[in-house]
Amino acid sequence: MSDERLDVRKTYKLLINGAFPRSESGRSYKVSTKSGDFLANVAQGSRKDLRDAVLAARGVQAKWWASSAYNRGQVIYRLAEMAESRRDELANHVGAAEGLGEQQAEQSVSRAIDRIIWYAGWTDKIAQVYGGANPVAGPFFNFSLPTPSGVVAVLASQESSLEGFVDAVLAPIAAGNTVVSVASELRPTPAVLLGEMTATSDFPAGVLNIVTGVTSELAPTLASHEDVDGIDLSGVNLDEANELSVSAAGSIKRVFRPRPNDTDPTRRLRAFIETSTVWHTIGQ
Amino acid sequence: MSTAPLRLVTRDDYGVKFASASVVPAIGSETQLKSVLGALAGVDAVGLEARCAKLATRSIKKSTKLEAIDLAISMVDLTTLEGADTPARVSSLCAKAMRPDPRDLTVPSVAAVCVYPDLVARARSALANSSVAVASVATAFPSGRASMRVKLLDVNDAVEAGAHEVDMVIDRGAFLSGRVGEVFEEIVAVKEACGEAHLKVILETGELVTYDNVRRASWLAMLAGADFVKTSTGKVSVNATPPAALVMLEAVRDFAESTGKLVGVKVAGGIRTTKDALRYLVLVNETAGSTWLSPDRFRFGASSLLNDLLMQRLKQHRGAYVRSDDFSGD
Repeated sequence: MSDERLDVRKTYKLLINGAFPRSESGRSYKVSTKSGDFLANVAQGSRKDLRDAVLAARGVQAKWWASSAYNRGQVIYRLAEMAESRRDELANHVGAAEGLGEQQAEQSVSRAIDRIIWYAGWTDKIAQVYGGANPVAGPFFNFSLPTPSGVVAVLASQESSLEGFVDAVLAPIAAGNTVVSVASELRPTPAVLLGEMTATSDFPAGVLNIVTGVTSELAPTLASHEDVDGIDLSGVNLDEANELSVSAAGSIKRVFRPRPNDTDPTRRLRAFIETSTVWHTIGQ
Repeated sequence: MSTAPLRLVTRDDYGVKFASASVVPAIGSETQLKSVLGALAGVDAVGLEARCAKLATRSIKKSTKLEAIDLAISMVDLTTLEGADTPARVSSLCAKAMRPDPRDLTVPSVAAVCVYPDLVARARSALANSSVAVASVATAFPSGRASMRVKLLDVNDAVEAGAHEVDMVIDRGAFLSGRVGEVFEEIVAVKEACGEAHLKVILETGELVTYDNVRRASWLAMLAGADFVKTSTGKVSVNATPPAALVMLEAVRDFAESTGKLVGVKVAGGIRTTKDALRYLVLVNETAGSTWLSPDRFRFGASSLLNDLLMQRLKQHRGAYVRSDDFSGD
């Protein structure tokens, strides 16, 4: 008898409403390293997985926004703590997926974790920086309050498997939105790992949902879904983005497309915010 | 007292042949009733649940789904049975019942609005000139714990206010302790008090413990003159379940076969999604047959179900998922 241990192979599953299901469709697909070696079998999400994810995101959005900004910051910071303790695993996957050397991969993970903390810090500053007390000619206060758009669909960057994903999903979440994300089609595993970490970070179920699969198959469903309030088109090319924007206009979604060489990291934070204006009498 | 023999049917096929004339046997004594109910075959609980699970896997798509959704909408008893009900709330519910989706006139209106007796008059005036009926719960709904005198007054109230349909609850305590004659007489008395109004008898299957009891209670209610048998009040922890509904559908089918009288079935409580509703329609079709696929023979007691049906209907037409906020709450 051999004393060689059997491999414990990992199944990379979706994250929907705090649970890790396989795709409703039963499909999966192979993901390779940059150099073409087998990396993992990943669930191939479907239209109905997205439907379930949007339902979950919609259900929890009011609760997420109603929790204090301070509390939301703590939850996101906790994600950074979890990521820090699994940074080697993240680095291995980022390195394999993006074809980076060990050191480069570790730097990428460090940047990603630092960005998580950066977004954690923003939760209670968005209202200070982007809100305001407006001068009016009368005995009233007039406030502009940034409020979340609601449910945001994210087609995450195809190239940047972790950093790009962190930026795309945490910016709307920090602002009080809930997110249904489609991870990078060919490099999904770092995003799946990050999703697993939200399970130990006090993220309410449904705040971040991750569906892996074929972006071009999944994107139209999200763009046309009337219960989605905004869409981030980072992960599609210009032609696809134009087509999806037209579809998104059908339900008046906010559409975000990253600019090339953008130096303003707050653009994403501001992308899915609505400003509500409140009047209040002075002295009451 | 009629002497027409009751032929008890245990066959589980689809070919229902109804007796040509309506010959519901009169029950003269509790002993006779007990012997009739005692002769009913027991229910194979494991087989029943397996059959329900099997039928729940039927896939209904495209144009069939659209037709089924419209049929389900037309079978809804749009219900509000809350202590906080107000006349205004009933009025808005009635508006929704007549025109479930104001943007789309092809959506059928629902079958009925179901309210407490004191709100029947309001519902009647709000629904005047429409095809939507007014149903009222009565007989000390939902517990049924009141004297016979009070229960009949409750029914009279509802009928005088203009209810087309009365949903009564049976005395589960009496049924479970074997006093079936008492339950029978109560239903007969309520049926008489209903006059022209249709009588739905709520068995509260969640409190009847066994499927055998569900079958016996269904026969009891039908022999006593029920026009509908209804699963639940929606006020206890176990509401309508597909197996209980299947037992009741078998009962109405067998009753029709041996007596010629067609009794309807109403499932109520906890049915919130289109998927659930379509599964019930499959049960109806596969058990009682297509004769029961009509609002006259099958109803859903529900409130939030209607919005889900409307959302799925719109989704089928538009090809995109729709927004729940676009439909009025109840």
